[in-house]
Amino acid sequence: MKNFFGILFLLSLLIGIPISSNSAEKVEYLKTDWSFKGLFGKFDRGSLQRGYQVYTEVCSSCHSMKYLSYRNLAEKGGPEFTTQQAKTIAASFEVVDGPNADGEMFTRPGKLSDKFVMPYENVKAAQAANGGAYPPDMSVLVKARAGGVDYIYSLLQGYEDPPAGMNLDDGVYYNKYMYGNKIKMSNQLSDGLIEYADGTNSTVEQMSKDVTTFLMWAAEPHLESRHQMGFKAIIYLIILTILVYFSMKRIWSRIETKV
Amino acid sequence: MSKNKTTRRDFLFTATYAVGAVGVGATVWPMIDQMNPDASVKALASTEVDVSSLTPGNTITVLWRGKPVFIRRRTQEEISEAKSVKMEELKHPEKDEDRAKDPEWLVMLGVCTHLGCVPLNDKGDYNGWFCPCHGSHYDISGRIRKGPAPTNMEIPKYEFVNTNTIKIG
Amino acid sequence: MSDQNYIPKSKFGKWFNDRLPLLTLASHLTDYPTPKNLNYWWTFGGILTFCLITQIVTGLTLAMHYIAHADMAFESVEHIMRDVNYGWLIRYIHANGASMFFLAVYIHIFRSLFYGSYKSPREIIWILGIIIYLLMMAAAFMGYVLPWGQMSFWGATVITNLFSAIPLVGEGIVTWLWGGYSVDNPTLTRFFTLHYLIPFLILGLVVLHIWALHVPGNNNPVGIDIQKPSKDTVPFHPYIVIKDGFALLMFMIVFAFFVFYTPNILGHADNYIEANPLVTPAHIVPEWYLLPFYAILRSVPDKLLGVIAMLSAILILAALPWLDTSKIRSAVFRPLYKQFYWILVADVLILGYVGAMPAEGLYLLIARIATTYYFLHFLVILPILGFREKTLPVPMSITEPVLGGSPNLAMAKSNESIKR
Repeated sequence: MKNFFGILFLLSLLIGIPISSNSAEKVEYLKTDWSFKGLFGKFDRGSLQRGYQVYTEVCSSCHSMKYLSYRNLAEKGGPEFTTQQAKTIAASFEVVDGPNADGEMFTRPGKLSDKFVMPYENVKAAQAANGGAYPPDMSVLVKARAGGVDYIYSLLQGYEDPPAGMNLDDGVYYNKYMYGNKIKMSNQLSDGLIEYADGTNSTVEQMSKDVTTFLMWAAEPHLESRHQMGFKAIIYLIILTILVYFSMKRIWSRIETKV
Repeated sequence: MSKNKTTRRDFLFTATYAVGAVGVGATVWPMIDQMNPDASVKALASTEVDVSSLTPGNTITVLWRGKPVFIRRRTQEEISEAKSVKMEELKHPEKDEDRAKDPEWLVMLGVCTHLGCVPLNDKGDYNGWFCPCHGSHYDISGRIRKGPAPTNMEIPKYEFVNTNTIKIG
Repeated sequence: MSDQNYIPKSKFGKWFNDRLPLLTLASHLTDYPTPKNLNYWWTFGGILTFCLITQIVTGLTLAMHYIAHADMAFESVEHIMRDVNYGWLIRYIHANGASMFFLAVYIHIFRSLFYGSYKSPREIIWILGIIIYLLMMAAAFMGYVLPWGQMSFWGATVITNLFSAIPLVGEGIVTWLWGGYSVDNPTLTRFFTLHYLIPFLILGLVVLHIWALHVPGNNNPVGIDIQKPSKDTVPFHPYIVIKDGFALLMFMIVFAFFVFYTPNILGHADNYIEANPLVTPAHIVPEWYLLPFYAILRSVPDKLLGVIAMLSAILILAALPWLDTSKIRSAVFRPLYKQFYWILVADVLILGYVGAMPAEGLYLLIARIATTYYFLHFLVILPILGFREKTLPVPMSITEPVLGGSPNLAMAKSNESIKR
């Protein structure tokens, strides 16, 4: 039996190898301690709320988040704004609705049930406004990049002068962590760029961390309940496994063969 | 085998079964609950209706949560008719005052309480609504008078935002 | 079968059973005599049944919310992940369940290879198993297309293009598969239909697989034919049921860990980008369970021959009962085969590894060597080994060497090690 589970363990490790080595990147990402990692990982509410502020004040002028709704901001496991705060946030956006009785579209203040308002009407419009590059939708961006949160966090801080001999076209910037090092988004963050509602000092590092935390939640809104449920499920399975193990011993003791 | 040992064995098996059953239940629940209204459906907002163009004696039908809502601007005769009905004549006694906050405006779910069809306007023996599916007659207050429907048509939560606008939900 | 004469005790039971012998079936399944020396490698049949049921149940519930349309598929998956009650849980179970299913099926197959379970009189069980495995790959591939991410789209494009290798009619077949001039909405809807259908085909084949198993009965680690029922067997219930249950729970702990803590590690990040027919992701890689075959495909420099090699790698398994000429089933008594077996295991793992790497330089060379060896194993080594190998003496029964002692000390020892 020992042999069996030993081999099984090795096998499960082997599955992991091609995947992890496949996404091998040459650069080391910047590290920071994420509160949502680990068995009991949870989001830092303050960071999520600040991250939302960075998103609205900086990112949202180009990047959409089309799968999120304003109601999500007040939901459990997220930034947990109060419902009233979320309503105020929603109402600060103009939402296109309609058609009305005359068959015309009209705008009205946003409601909790509305999806996040998009900066551009469609992909083409976004490309036209951004020199042909489409600013990706950020709803699941963290899960759509191999390096995940570490990659986004590093990228935001990875702007440097290009190495000597590298020619960059207009509207192309050098970023240490970008695939191919060329990125069409210019450096958006600078120290003290925004004034955090909670008074936190808005360094580039702080803003990168906050907005990345916010993006992680946006991509994985049920992360907290997943961690909580997972812990309970695994503890439960272990208890049942132990019970079944002893039941099995008891049953097999009726005949002389060992299990 | 001693008696003591038997009891212990029974306990072990019972405990295993019991713990196993709890797990099965906990696993089945998400598979059932996924069919309940999801978060986006639950969050569906209220509907605001502009009623400025509605003249007395007419009804408009608007959609709210996937169901029709009748908004009737009643005439003076209709209001007095609705108010004059004696409670003992009704299958489901409700005063007209309890059904229409402003007697001129009747706002109700246009769903027959029998089996969910949409009744027709200005039809039936009581000058109200008539459900073509199984022949239920409603009066001008939306109360059931004749036919298989058990109760009056439902009044949703609504309020007058201003004189021209009604907010349902 | 020994239990055909089963007679229900109650009058109603007898009446019912005369008309539909479900009780006879139930009695057969509970009493089914199973070799008592089955080790944990034999528990994967039960685990696979669990995997199939899990995939069907979670798949059915997902299908209630998923929209098979190129414009809405990606969004509907996000809707499931965000808004549907427990939607994220069900989807992560379904996605990781596919991987767990393949993990279990590979162990099941390699168990069969080690103990010679494919040999006479179990050839039909084995061939049914190969068909199930092929259908599993088809279902998994089509399922991966449904979220309509970048990997879905480009995986579908690459795999369907394999058919274009067929001379003359290839292009026509590909267009027919797509229902257009590229992978698009018609492709998605038909893949959804087939992805929904295949699990039920598998379920039917599983019934046949078990039926065919219950005719000769289980093979066992010693690989000898045994009397049934006898001292060598135990009734399926409760002995094997509880043991399978225990192994299943261990399996579920691993499964749960993936679902709750690393739900996306077995997937690919690019699949969270919505499908875009204008941009191909930098690395196109299939899911891990298809990597060995992907490596074989790429190791052949010719398009048609590559596809043939990949298909033969799977189909060759169906001929295995006849390629393996040895009369002895279990590798326990085949010292040489045992070594070649482990080389094959390593070979397949290497193929899987290079399948995930870019097809160039050293990786390509390794892939070619490993591919050659794979075919060598089945086409040359196994047939010759059956005639040349000096096998160890095989015991008469499972209980014999333990109870009566064996004249052959080495054999008694090896039997001891099986038991453990």
